[in-house]
Formats: sequence, structure tokens, C-alpha cells
Amino acid sequence: MGYITVKNTVIKAIYTSVPKQKVYTKDYDWVSVTERALFAKTTGITERRVASSTTTCSDLCFQAADALLNDLNCRDEIEMILFVSQSPDYFLPSTAVILQDKLGLSKNTLAFDINLGCSGYIYGLSVVGQFLQSGNIKKALLLCGDKSTISTNFQDKSTYPLFGDAGTATLLVYDDTVENWVIHLASDGSGKDSIIIEHGHSRHPYGMISDEYMEYEPGVIRTKKHLALNGMDVFNFALKEVAPSIKFMLEHFDKSIDDIDYFVLHQANKLINESVRKKLKIPAEKVPYSIQDFGNTSSASIPLTICYSLKNEIESNHLRLLFAGFGVGFSWGSALISTSRIRTKIIEHD
Amino acid sequence: MNIQQLIDQIENEFEEVQPGTIKPESSFRELEGWSSMHALILIALIDNEYDILLTGEQLKNAQTVQDLFEIIQSK
Repeated sequence: MGYITVKNTVIKAIYTSVPKQKVYTKDYDWVSVTERALFAKTTGITERRVASSTTTCSDLCFQAADALLNDLNCRDEIEMILFVSQSPDYFLPSTAVILQDKLGLSKNTLAFDINLGCSGYIYGLSVVGQFLQSGNIKKALLLCGDKSTISTNFQDKSTYPLFGDAGTATLLVYDDTVENWVIHLASDGSGKDSIIIEHGHSRHPYGMISDEYMEYEPGVIRTKKHLALNGMDVFNFALKEVAPSIKFMLEHFDKSIDDIDYFVLHQANKLINESVRKKLKIPAEKVPYSIQDFGNTSSASIPLTICYSLKNEIESNHLRLLFAGFGVGFSWGSALISTSRIRTKIIEHD
Repeated sequence: MNIQQLIDQIENEFEEVQPGTIKPESSFRELEGWSSMHALILIALIDNEYDILLTGEQLKNAQTVQDLFEIIQSK
């Protein structure tokens, strides 16, 4: 397994914006009351946040970033902005470039998008870290999130109740006194069909057929422009790859479970995450969750979980954290990162 | 391991199932309240307890608890 090292980089702040509107699993009347209860128990999801029709992922990321830049008073110092999402504003241009202007950042800001989902935060950290570590760039914003609910269909029980919307902003800063990060990144494109929106891009451009509803199995009705998810494939992928990736990081860098304060996992679903946790024999109190109140929020899930479940700890202590992101692609990665008094905030978007 | 151990574990995971109702010849898809979610619960259970990761294909081909038991034993 390969890994990369990131030097001289530190996380200063993590802000999250979530839509105000809550949607509850118990109200999902496309399936029976019994199925709703089983879904909530198995996935851990009891409620999630859903953005209005006029709100995009970039609007959520903008709100998080704008508040962060105000609170930390560093708008003029940002030199890089990376937007990681699979729900950009347009086919083109890049959303990061639009946000440079909207956030009032300097024209000397380097801005681009990365198209990744649940592994996105790990990839985003590694890419921003590569730019920062030489010291030429001193401050960067990493924006991660998705409006997944735009592509799920109400009559598809395999996706609709699973996803929530969120946008996050992480401020990363050059600092030559900090411990190195180590990051493992991996991909397996043979899993491309397991989580896919088939129509609407260049392989299958949007056409009449894209709007045709088909029943794939009882309770699973959607079109080709909707998100399709094969739960069994994803489940197998996660059980097979995530624990070894975390284990590799621990063994390779001579760390034990005790050396890590928290393992912040992508909030895929509780059954997957608990399986990974038990496989690695990690105590439950070291694995925080946000999925119960926000659902699966794609690349926003790790920063959201930090803001929601580790606020006091991460704001007042030095912590050694292990992040693991995994999903669509398949794409996955883990990062071993030390933090020191990170400022956090969760904001609601109207 | 014996098959009763596997049955006990499945009954323990599937709260809707009354203890003592699953037999080796029981077709698990016909259990009370079976849904696609139960397939994932079964995969997680077998992975956690026996460190064997069933593929979707293997699970699709298995009909009864006995079939599952044989897959686990053959590994």
C-alpha cells in the first residue's frame, strides 16, 4: 500500500452549513412502518437535512466559508480554494472559481474542483496539503459537500432515505512546527456501477430515455438521471477495504488504537461503520457519529461529524485523529492527522 | 462451530424473529418481515463472527440457513 506524507500543514478551523429543513425516517411513507423502523435501526439514520430547491451545495459551502473567514478575519490571506463535490453548480465553469469571486477572495487565488464523493475529504486534505507544505501558499480553503438529495428519487428506498445535504469549509494553514500527516489513498474503478448517476454527462447525454421511470425491484423505482446504489456491492467493498486501510496506517506508523484519540469515519451507515469498528476492535467511544441526525452527507460527513460530535474536544485539546473516507468510485483513503485547538461551528441555512 | 450457534446469532440479530423458529432448513428470505436490509445484516453478522465476507452472488445462491452454514464451513 502506498501513502503520502504532508508536511508543515495544520487545520485551523472547520465550519459546516446544513439546511434548516429536517426530514424524518419515521415519515418516509413509501415503505411500511416496520421497514422504516428497521432502516433507522440498521443505518442509524433517524433524521437528515434537505436543501430547498433553490439551494446548491456551493451555497452551503459559501455560507460555511463566509462565516469562517469573518470569524477568523483572514479573507485577504486566502491563496487557494479547492471545492470537492459531485453536485457542482454547472457543467462548467468550476464551482471553486465562482466561489473565489463570491467570497471576495483575491484574483491571485488558485481555484479548482475535484469530483469525488465520500472519500473526498481525505483526497481534499492531501491535495491542499501538497500545495501548502512548500510554504509558497500559506492559507487555503477546502470546501467539501454535496446536495445529494437533488439526485435521489422518493420512490427509491435504496437511496432516498439515506442521504442528507451539507457543505463544509476547512481552513488549512502553513506551519513548519507541526507533526507530519500521513495519508493512504486508493481507487477501484471496477466498482463504478455500484454508485452511479448514469445519464446526463458525456457517456450517456441527457435524452428522452433519461426521464423514463423503471422498477428495478420492489420499492426501487427511478430514472437513469437519478442516483443508483447497489447496497450489497457497497457494503462488501466497505467491509473489504476500509478496515485494512486503517490497519495499514496504524501498523506502518507504529501506532496502536490507544494512540489515536478518535477515528472519524465517513458516515456511510451504522451497520458498515460498526462492522469496521468491531473488526479493528476500536472502543465505541472513540468512533463519533453524526449520521443519526444528518444521514450520509458524502464528502461533508467527516468535517460535519467533527463539528457536531467532537466540538468541545477538538476546540480545547491536542488530538491525534484518524480519518477514513470511502465510497463512490470506488474510492477510499485514510489520514493520520494531529490537531490543536481547531475552531468549529455549525450554521443552519434557510 | 455448529449450526445452532449460527441460528442463535441470526435470531439475535433479527429482532422480528421469535427465538426457536429458525431451523437449518428454513429459507431465510421467507422469514417474517424479510427485506433487503436483512441481507446486509446477515453479511455483517457473518463477517463479524466468522471473518468471512460473503459476496452478493454467494448470498443470492444460498437459500437456507444450512446453505449459509456450509459456505462458512467451506472457508
